[in-house]
Amino acid sequence: MSLASRLKRGGAPPLFPTHSKGGMPSIGDRLRSRFGSYGFLAPAAVLVTLFFFIPVVIILVLSFSDLDAANFGTLQWWLPENWSLDNYAKIFNNKFFPKILGNTAFYVVSTLTLFNFSSALIIALLTTHVERRTGFFFRVLWLLPRLTPSVIYIMMWQRIAARAPHGILNQLLVPLGIGTGGNLLQASPWPFVILVNGMIGASFGMVIFTSAIEAIPRDYMMASKVDGASTLQTIRYVILPAIKWPILFVITYQTLSLLTSFEQIMLLTDGGPGLYHTEVWALTAYHRALSNYFGNNQWGYGAAWAVILVIIGVIAASIYMRVFKFDELVEEPKIDLL
Amino acid sequence: MTLRKRFGRAVPYVLLIITVLPVIVGYFWLILSSFSISTEGLRSTGFTLSNWSFLRGSPFGRGYPSIWKVTLNTFVVAIGMTIAVIVVSSLAGYALSRLNFPGRKSFLSLTLILHAFPSVTLLIGIYFVLRTLKLYNTVLGVGLVMIGFELPFGIWLMKGFFDNVSWDMERAAMIDGASRLRVWGEIILPTIKPGIAALAIFAFISGWNAWLIPKTFTIGAGQQATLSVYLENFRGDTVAVQWGAVTAVGLFQLIPVAIFFIFTQDLLLSIYAGGAKGGT
Repeated sequence: MSLASRLKRGGAPPLFPTHSKGGMPSIGDRLRSRFGSYGFLAPAAVLVTLFFFIPVVIILVLSFSDLDAANFGTLQWWLPENWSLDNYAKIFNNKFFPKILGNTAFYVVSTLTLFNFSSALIIALLTTHVERRTGFFFRVLWLLPRLTPSVIYIMMWQRIAARAPHGILNQLLVPLGIGTGGNLLQASPWPFVILVNGMIGASFGMVIFTSAIEAIPRDYMMASKVDGASTLQTIRYVILPAIKWPILFVITYQTLSLLTSFEQIMLLTDGGPGLYHTEVWALTAYHRALSNYFGNNQWGYGAAWAVILVIIGVIAASIYMRVFKFDELVEEPKIDLL
Repeated sequence: MTLRKRFGRAVPYVLLIITVLPVIVGYFWLILSSFSISTEGLRSTGFTLSNWSFLRGSPFGRGYPSIWKVTLNTFVVAIGMTIAVIVVSSLAGYALSRLNFPGRKSFLSLTLILHAFPSVTLLIGIYFVLRTLKLYNTVLGVGLVMIGFELPFGIWLMKGFFDNVSWDMERAAMIDGASRLRVWGEIILPTIKPGIAALAIFAFISGWNAWLIPKTFTIGAGQQATLSVYLENFRGDTVAVQWGAVTAVGLFQLIPVAIFFIFTQDLLLSIYAGGAKGGT
C-alpha cells in the first residue's frame, strides 16, 4: 500500500518509509514497524507493570495470607495453601470497624459537599464575576495549598490550631472567652481535617468550573440580563444547567480521590487524637501494613483493607470511562488529510 | 452609585478574601517564624537570623545529614523524575497518537483508567516490589515509584499535544527517509515545547514536594532522606520542636516552588485541572 493511499484511508503513515513505490511493504518492513511501535511504548509498559499491575496482584494475594512482621521470611504467603479469608472476617469483626466506616463516610461527604464541590463552585462563580485580572489572582492564590509541600502546609495548620499563647486562632478566641486556649486539634479535630483537605481539594473543581463557565456563550448571559434576571437567577437558570457535566465529573472524581487520600490526615492527626478519632479507611490500611509505630507490620491484614479500596477504584475508574464518553477519546488517531 | 450598589460590588471581593485568608495567614506565620526567636500568634518575640544557620551544617545537630545532602537527594529525585517522565510519556504518547498497532486502543483505555485510579492504594504492594528489586530505602526506588505514578497523566497529556501537531512536517521528513525515532526527537518534540514545559513543571513540583512515597519507602531522616521527610522528622512529637529552624528549612524548601508560582501561573492553573487528584 502506498503512503498516499494509506493516508486517504485515514490510517497512520507506515512506521518506516516504504521505498517500494505502490507495492505492499515486505513482511520484514511490517515486522519492523510493529516492533517499532512497541519500542516506543516499552518503557511506559515496564513501569506501569512494575508499579500498577504487579502491586495489584501482590495486594490481592497478600490479603489472603496472614503475613506479618513475626512470620516474615518464613511464611510462604504466595502459596494457595496458606490462603484464607480470615483477614476480611477480621475487618468486619473489628471493634472499631463501625467507627472507621463512619469516619470515612463523614470525611468524604462533608469535605466534598463543603469544599471540593460547593467552595469550588462559589470561587469559580465569584472569580468569573469580578474583574478578570482580580479573578485570576484569587484563583492562583487558591492553588497555593496544593502547591505547598504537604509537610509545610500541615505545619501551618498545626500552628493555627496550636494552644495559647502560640496558636494563631487562640490569640483571637481566648480574649473573646471562647475555649480554654488548649490545642484546638485535640479539642475538635474534625473541622480541621475537613478544612485542611478541602482547601486543597477545592482548587480542582475551581479550575474545571471556571473554564466551563467561561465557555458559556456571552449571548446567553446578555439575554438573561436583558430579561431582567438577577445574578442568582442567572446562576440558577443559565450557568448551572450549562455546566452540569463538569459538576458531575468533579463530584464523582473527587469522591474517589477523597475516599483513598490520607496523606494530610496522617500528617495532621495521624488518626487521633485518642483511638481512631479521625482514622479513615485508607489510613487504616496504611497503618496496619506500613506504619512502624505499631512495630508489628500486618501486611496481610493491611492489604485486605486496601483491596477493598482497590476494587472500588477499578470499578469507579471504569465507570468514568463510560459515563464521560472517554471511549470517544481513544478512537483511531486523527490525521490531517492533505 | 448608591451605597447599596457599592456594597453589592464589594461582596464578591470580601468573600474571596475571607475564604483565602487561612493560606495567607499560614504563609505569613511561616516567614515570620523563620526570622523569629519564637512566635505568639502572629507576633514575633524578637527577630534573629540564627534559624538560618542550618545553611552551614546540620540544622538539628550532629548525627543527621547536612541540609545540602538532603537538598541534593530531593533535587536528584525531582530532576530525575522530570526527565524520565517527559521521555517515557512523550515516547508512549507519540506512539499512541501516531501509530496504529494492535493493542493501541486497550493501552490508551488503560492509561485513562489508571489516570482515574487512586494509585496510593497500591503502596503496600509496591513495598514488596521494591524489596524484591533491592530498591527499598534508595533514592532510585523512590524516584521510580513516583515516575510510575505520574505516567498515566503524562502519557495522556503528551498524546493530546501530539494530536494537535499537523502531519505535514513529519510526513516530509519521513519521505526524505528519516526514521520514526528521529522524527519524534528532531521534528515533533520541538514543536510541543509548551506541553513539555507544563509536564516538566508538574513533575518537578510533585517530585520536590513529595512526602508520602519517600516516607514510606525510605527510613527516617537518614542519608536517603528528601527535604519533606527530613522536615517531618523534626516536626514530630519525638523531639522538642525548634519552630524557628523548622520553618526556616520549610521556607528554604519552598524556594523553587515559589519561583514557579510567581512566573508560571497560567501554566499551573491549566495543568492542575487535569493532573492532580482531589484531596491530595
